[in-house]
Amino acid sequence: MKTFRSALLAVVPAMFVAVFFVYPVATLLARGLGLDAGRLLEVITGSRFLKIIWFTTWQAALSTLLAGLFALPLTWALANRQFAGRRLARVLVTVPFVLPTVVVAGAFIALMDRFNLDEGAVRLRHTVWAILLAHAFFNVAVFARSVGGFWSQLDRRPEEAARTLGASPWRAFVEVTLPRLRPSLIAAVSVVFLFSFTSFAVILLLGGPRRSSIETEIYRYAVTRSDISTAAALSIVQMVAVVSLVVTNGWLQRRAVGRQGLVADRAVPAQTARQRGVLATTLTGTAVVLGLPLAVLVERSLASGGGYSFANYRALGERVRLLPISAADALVNSLAFAVVAAGIALVIGGMASLAIVHGTRSVSRLLDLGMLLPLGTSAVTLGFGVLISLDRGVLDLRGSWWIVPITQSLLAIPFVVRGVVPVLRAIDPGMREVAATLGASPGRVRREIDLRIGARALATGVGFAFAISLGEFGATSFVGRRSDLLTVPLAIQRLLATPGDLLRGQAMALSVILMVVTALVVFLSDRLHPTSGGML
Amino acid sequence: MTLAIEAVTVRYGETIAVDQVTLTVATGEVLALVGPSGCGKSTLLRTIAGLVQPVSGQIVWQGRDITQVPTHQRGIGLMFQDHALFTHRSVADNIAFGLKMAGASTSRQHERTHELLEMVGLAGFGGRSVEGLSGGEAQRVALARALAPEPELLLLDEPLASLDRARRIELNAELARLLHELRQTSVYVTHDQDEAFSVADQVGVMHGGRLLRSGSPAEVWRDPQSELVARFVGHEAIIERDGQRFAVRPDAVALVPPGDRPADGSYAGTVTACAFQGDRYGLLIEVDGQQWRVFSADPSVVGSQVKLTLRPDMLSPLIG
Amino acid sequence: MNRSTTTCRAVLVALVLSLLAVGCGGSDADVADEGCPTITLVTYDSFVVSEGLLESFTADSCIEVEQVSSGDAGQLVSSAILTKDNPTADVMFGIDNTFLQRGLDADLFVPYESPLLANVDAALQLDPEYRVTPIDYGDVCVNYWLSELSGEAPATLDDLIDPAHADQFVTMNPETSSPGFAFLLATIARYGDGWEDYWQSLVDNGVSITAGWSDAYYGEFIAGGGSRSIVTSYASSPPAEVIFADPPIDTAPSAVLYDSCFRQVEFAGILAGTEAPGAAQQLIDFMLSSDFQEDIPLNMFVYPANRDAALPEAFVEFGQLADNPATLTPQEIETNREAWTERWVEIVLG
Repeated sequence: MKTFRSALLAVVPAMFVAVFFVYPVATLLARGLGLDAGRLLEVITGSRFLKIIWFTTWQAALSTLLAGLFALPLTWALANRQFAGRRLARVLVTVPFVLPTVVVAGAFIALMDRFNLDEGAVRLRHTVWAILLAHAFFNVAVFARSVGGFWSQLDRRPEEAARTLGASPWRAFVEVTLPRLRPSLIAAVSVVFLFSFTSFAVILLLGGPRRSSIETEIYRYAVTRSDISTAAALSIVQMVAVVSLVVTNGWLQRRAVGRQGLVADRAVPAQTARQRGVLATTLTGTAVVLGLPLAVLVERSLASGGGYSFANYRALGERVRLLPISAADALVNSLAFAVVAAGIALVIGGMASLAIVHGTRSVSRLLDLGMLLPLGTSAVTLGFGVLISLDRGVLDLRGSWWIVPITQSLLAIPFVVRGVVPVLRAIDPGMREVAATLGASPGRVRREIDLRIGARALATGVGFAFAISLGEFGATSFVGRRSDLLTVPLAIQRLLATPGDLLRGQAMALSVILMVVTALVVFLSDRLHPTSGGML
Repeated sequence: MTLAIEAVTVRYGETIAVDQVTLTVATGEVLALVGPSGCGKSTLLRTIAGLVQPVSGQIVWQGRDITQVPTHQRGIGLMFQDHALFTHRSVADNIAFGLKMAGASTSRQHERTHELLEMVGLAGFGGRSVEGLSGGEAQRVALARALAPEPELLLLDEPLASLDRARRIELNAELARLLHELRQTSVYVTHDQDEAFSVADQVGVMHGGRLLRSGSPAEVWRDPQSELVARFVGHEAIIERDGQRFAVRPDAVALVPPGDRPADGSYAGTVTACAFQGDRYGLLIEVDGQQWRVFSADPSVVGSQVKLTLRPDMLSPLIG
Repeated sequence: MNRSTTTCRAVLVALVLSLLAVGCGGSDADVADEGCPTITLVTYDSFVVSEGLLESFTADSCIEVEQVSSGDAGQLVSSAILTKDNPTADVMFGIDNTFLQRGLDADLFVPYESPLLANVDAALQLDPEYRVTPIDYGDVCVNYWLSELSGEAPATLDDLIDPAHADQFVTMNPETSSPGFAFLLATIARYGDGWEDYWQSLVDNGVSITAGWSDAYYGEFIAGGGSRSIVTSYASSPPAEVIFADPPIDTAPSAVLYDSCFRQVEFAGILAGTEAPGAAQQLIDFMLSSDFQEDIPLNMFVYPANRDAALPEAFVEFGQLADNPATLTPQEIETNREAWTERWVEIVLG
């Protein structure tokens, strides 16, 4: 019974990924390479493709670095300082993550206009900097929330010990804190890297017409040219890159410090005037940088009829021509998808995390890889794969309601797993052993110890899952769905594809509503878990 | 016998952590496993708890082989050096955990928790978070948590090691009193022989995975039988007479009062330390390059030359 | 061990089945009323008709129509080719003349000659074998913003390379944008082999390239707060500017450069493998009927193929189609697509 139950923890997530990810993607790749296997060789040796692969890789690495540096002050503040609005700050930072790229790109372009970054000495538009900055903007949340959450649970005594031994705050951070943060840092880095590695719209819209990444090339070959062989070959290259990343990553993870003293919350209020100053600067700085593009959106959403009003918002209740349903109905669709996708991510991601932490080494590695892979796979590959594989008998999910949240959950599960596993690994094994001696069965130990201590990370992951589902565009548009199942990002895209200030105003209003809804949902999911102490 | 450890061997890969150890513990008895770190004492404790599986041998509890019984069904209490308190729960929730696992009613959990808080001197601490506790308080909570479900066997793994010296001596005495009052069958792992001797009915000295000596503290102290055990219990000095090696116990040595003519076979040494121990002085005297521990009613000046005689009947012969 | 894996499998199968059961329960469309078939219409994402229109078809014909969306026009065609052996739908709408030959080459469709084709201009009927039926058409044309124009209004494609309009024109990458590709085709149709020189001149005159239409129209064109006054868009864009103006306006702020127009025709076709060809044919007929045709302009901003369909006022007033739009045959487009776009990339993006 014991082995059966623990096997189930690994088998259910494995089956989920096998059926809804591995099988569709493998079917598509087999079809593509079956048509022309030589294409793979051409792709990996052609200098044009090598250039694209190289560009994709370095822009993702730089984007990750930039996002990390950019997020550092806020991450530090959220983990180390108690302040009014800390919980709110944790919620608000998720908002950029969910916005449709086309909207963010619009806001960025407007900002560049306003600060004259378009022409003149500093030219951002259609440069790689625009790509890097946009990726950083999107991903601050990943660092701030997941690393910040982990950090806030680390016992501060080791750093204090280092300080008493003469280390400056910076030295103590580099020598003591950073190594202890490593498991969570590596997890966040891998997620952000994959996000930037497979990003599509940012590259196209902000990078300008001269930039191609593996993802945009897959789209170009599969969609514009119906050349599935080349698309499959590129997908394989993409997956090989992702697998090698994940493997290195897992290796680094295992080398990282394992168990840590975990506390409910390490943060203390700022005491001296200097500390208060640092905190205030950090928060204001981040708020300005993240807030400016958002402020532009809000401003645009309110601009109507030559002045400012809520007319754009009021208009969302009625169906506009161009959309099959009203924007309000699209919001209902999006919320329903998000609830289901987050639910799946919670269950599958939670089970997978437990199996990864407690399973044998090979189970743990395979599962870790399997859970992360969808995030690093092209939406085109996955979407087309679903179309040609989940098409018969009980598995005919094409056009079904479920295929949308299932696909979205595949992208959300890594956020749950990557957040939860480092926390579970940091649990003092003595706690589990004591619980066992006190009569807790292995299953009970996982519930009473792992899940309780991992609850905060799990809640953070579920918040991300919601956000991802609410903002997801690519896979949703590829899997094929009933036309009335329009989601908010698709509706925004559609509104922005026809001339007219009215439509643009409504698209902006809808984006703002998406922001507010995301914030609300993340706020609620942050409160769902039982640990009441600390920031959450 | 309540607990019988029968020829237990534990391996970690190539390393033999516990090698053919056999020991028995009677009901109500406290067994202390001592030895330097890495000697296998903690591994043996974890084997008794079921957290580690032996490659051979058996753990027998009241006549029943429990080697294959999973930890949570063994009905034992366990206390760790770093307490391993459940950081996400209150003091009371920590203590009630085992009762909750056993399905005890809330009122029973409440009552028992209250009782234990009183017992360990933490009445009124129930609602606190475990994170604000001092080392001593955390240790008491860990003890209360282990005792709450009234385990038939209590396992303590270096329970006092994380405390400062004064705290350790105080809590050690308290623990010894409590365990004997409760007639709690216990296995107590420590690297500190003083701690072991003050709490145990039976001491097992381990080294390199093997059990070198077991017996009452007095037996082990008087007759360590091997050099390793002798050194471990504090008999640093080893002498050889007529081809037989002996450990020199402090009570076997007498200072020759200044002015007296030393008897035949006396030893000459230099006082290197002198510490007041309340009812007597503990001296360290260097003899032929070895440090002898000696008790004396009077202090000696460090650096002075002294003569020492041995009581042959009180020397501990060493085997092998 | 053996027992536990078996149990395990059983639990999983149950899990998957229950998931599917819930999923299937959600769509009751397959359970059609007695004698009333259900057919599926697959379209690109932006296909929209007025509420009640398809229901009126169901009321008249007893045929339920389930609508499935499948991305943009490119995704629609590519996924149809991928799923040819087990199509997702009975009827496809949204393949245009730039993709048509690819669909025909892949044998996606079965022929059907609708009697209503009599009312459709022969120029729109691009497949003599009737495998696809033209439903609507529109022109992709260069637009210019009237109030911010530097110099004379452009009247011909050649005016776009006039230094008077330097740094004013923004268009889209034909590899990533369908109107961008249409504009490239317009220049090829006009200049023949001279198109390469023309584009070189556009580059010299400071043309700006974006990935997609929204990016160009709302990012760089004046309509969205940008600084350029000339953009590749649609002939229907000026009427849309009026219809969706905020605050309302009486005259269109932008105008169309008719010399630059490329005609896009959108078709519907019955997918090979349909089990309800009769119902599919009825749906095609309905899509050519006045009810459907008159609904098209204000929902999708294109013109009805059926010449009997009445146009909405804004279309009559502000929208005009080019008299002599550029065209290329679907075969020419499909054969040369890769070569043209690759050459374009070399010239324009370097």
